Amino acid sequence: MADVLAVVEQRDGKLRGVSREGVTAAVGLGEKLGGSVHALLLGPPGISQAASELGRFGAEKSLLGEADLLSDYHPHRYAVAVTEAVKSGGYEAVVFGATAQGKDLAPRVAAMLDVPLASDVTGYDVVDGTVTAVRPVFSGKAFATVAFSASPVLLSIRPNVFQAREREAPGTVEAFAPQGLDSGSQGVRIKEFQASGGESKDVAEASIVVTGGRGMKGPENWEVLEDLREALGSDAALGASRAVVDAGWRPHGEQVGQTGKTVAPKLYIALGISGAIQHLAGMRTAQTIVAVNKDASAPIFQVADYGIVGDVLEIVPRLAQEVRKLKAGD
Amino acid sequence: MNIVVCIKRTPDTETRIRLGEDGVSIDPSGVKFTMSPYDEFALEAALQLKESRGDGEVALLSLGGEKTQETLRQGLAMGADRAVLLQGDPGADGLATAKVLAAELKEMDASLILFGMKGADMDQQQVGPMAATILGLPCATAVSEFQVEGEIATCHREVEGGLEVLELDLPAVITMTKGKVEPRYASLKGIMAAKRKPLETKAAQGAETRLMVKELAYPPERPAGRIVGEGPDAVTELVRLLREEAKAL
Ligand SMILES: Cc1cc2nc3c(=O)[nH]c(=O)nc-3n(C[C@H](O)[C@H](O)[C@H](O)COP(=O)(O)OP(=O)(O)OC[C@H]3O[C@@H](n4cnc5c(N)ncnc54)[C@H](O)[C@@H]3O)c2cc1C
Ligand SMILES: Nc1ncnc2c1ncn2[C@@H]1O[C@H](COP(=O)(O)O)[C@@H](O)[C@H]1O
Repeated sequence: MADVLAVVEQRDGKLRGVSREGVTAAVGLGEKLGGSVHALLLGPPGISQAASELGRFGAEKSLLGEADLLSDYHPHRYAVAVTEAVKSGGYEAVVFGATAQGKDLAPRVAAMLDVPLASDVTGYDVVDGTVTAVRPVFSGKAFATVAFSASPVLLSIRPNVFQAREREAPGTVEAFAPQGLDSGSQGVRIKEFQASGGESKDVAEASIVVTGGRGMKGPENWEVLEDLREALGSDAALGASRAVVDAGWRPHGEQVGQTGKTVAPKLYIALGISGAIQHLAGMRTAQTIVAVNKDASAPIFQVADYGIVGDVLEIVPRLAQEVRKLKAGD
Repeated sequence: MNIVVCIKRTPDTETRIRLGEDGVSIDPSGVKFTMSPYDEFALEAALQLKESRGDGEVALLSLGGEKTQETLRQGLAMGADRAVLLQGDPGADGLATAKVLAAELKEMDASLILFGMKGADMDQQQVGPMAATILGLPCATAVSEFQVEGEIATCHREVEGGLEVLELDLPAVITMTKGKVEPRYASLKGIMAAKRKPLETKAAQGAETRLMVKELAYPPERPAGRIVGEGPDAVTELVRLLREEAKAL
């Protein structure tokens, strides 16, 4: 058997974007391994709608684990449930999303199954029956191809890298009731979730990222960035350089780079950012990079596909205006 | 309270990476190695906790080669009390590393075990929660700050869209990300004192490696970019290129 399981995520009953990408990546792997693709969705009762969507991306069977004990992400309970699903299905490979949850969950499952994990993967292949994975290392300064000599193979995929593809087949949904769930806390209690506010997407998940650096001059100027983000639509999020976070202008949750988040959006717009190596570490795998900087020799221009030399405070409002014009014409 | 901080020796983030001749590792010549940045956050948190409580010890643990002693001395100079070096090769298999560390951590018997969220070399972001799972200890990852009261650590964890607050019963494992505190620099006095602090070296109990680097390559070249123009008047052309050429809008 060479079946592949995609472990997917929901929030408030809605599938996360990376989940569709995860199923698509699992389909590609399943084709190479010659096995079927299943998906596993865990959460509170009442999320079957999200599970039924998984078939459209290629999951022949979606395992739906709805339980009060799985309402909130609890690291131990989720790890127990996923481990059980992997064991009982005899999967050859398991694909997670490298989200905050996936990065927390996958290593625990790996330890429970006693198999290694390749995290934050941007590509994979099967060579003579051995699965290999490509992953950025040294903060994106190199790419490593790693080969597994263990089964099942565990991967977590970097969000926004694998493009989700819809398929014809609808797929089935099956209930999954993990046996090993314990109502005890296992020494971990989730107390609260403080949403960072606003409707905007998280910078690690967004397909467009607008990042402000010290060149923005002060926190009061984020209004114009917010306006640009709004013009770009609901797939856009705000990011910040470390200089800006350290100055207290923006929260650390928005920081992109070595000691912040790694992002791989379709479009990355760097505004008033010099392009220090630790900043590039977090965004160099973006598909298209735009930079605006008043200094034509700023290193950010070396990675940017398109650059404008000039004052961000003059250019950003104009950019928002032009984007709105473009969208109005659609 | 006894705290252990697991630290890794990694290339300084400023360093230019050159590939080695073997095709699977970097050329270490001319590379400045240092403590992985997230491990500095973990060590700083440990030192502050010890200072605020006025008791206990901060021990360092690392799996690495001979030269890792330098990195451990760096941590001792920052204020840790003692260090243990497990001599061996930390490869690409995070689980193998976690097993080696976990075996030693069991002996060290700490109330709190801190890790960096991720190592600045293989960027795996996995060794901490793996070690915790092996040890059967409660664990929170990507924690920006925490407080300890009695036998409970309250952790603030960064997730997409907000902050999660969770409680761990001690003994527990926490992996640290950047928070509000800046890691301290070692003082001259600290550097002198570090020379006399205990640094124990032993052979690592090997765990089987089942994830191997087959090839290391430079990132795909980005096609040369271009300056579209100067000032706000270039914006129209930029937006056109983004739509028609890059298909990004
Ligand atoms: C271990 C370590 C980890 C780090 N981690 C991170 C990280 O995660 N993320 C990160 O971002 N950094 C990180 N850094 C810091 C990094 O080295 C840089 O200091 C930081 O990225 C600089 O931020 P910046 O580009 O906003 O500011 P600056 O470097 O000050 O650049 C500001 C830029 O704005 C331009 N500018 C000024 N005024 C205007 C204007 N009116 N219009 C247009 N352009 C203007 C300037 O020409 C300049 O290029 C890390 C550093 C270390 C040592
Ligand atoms: N060889 C090692 N020795 C000690 N600690 C390590 C080692 N490898 C990883 N760690 C710890 O695990 C964290 C995460 O590493 P990684 O999972 O490799 O990204 C690091 O920040 C260290 O705290």
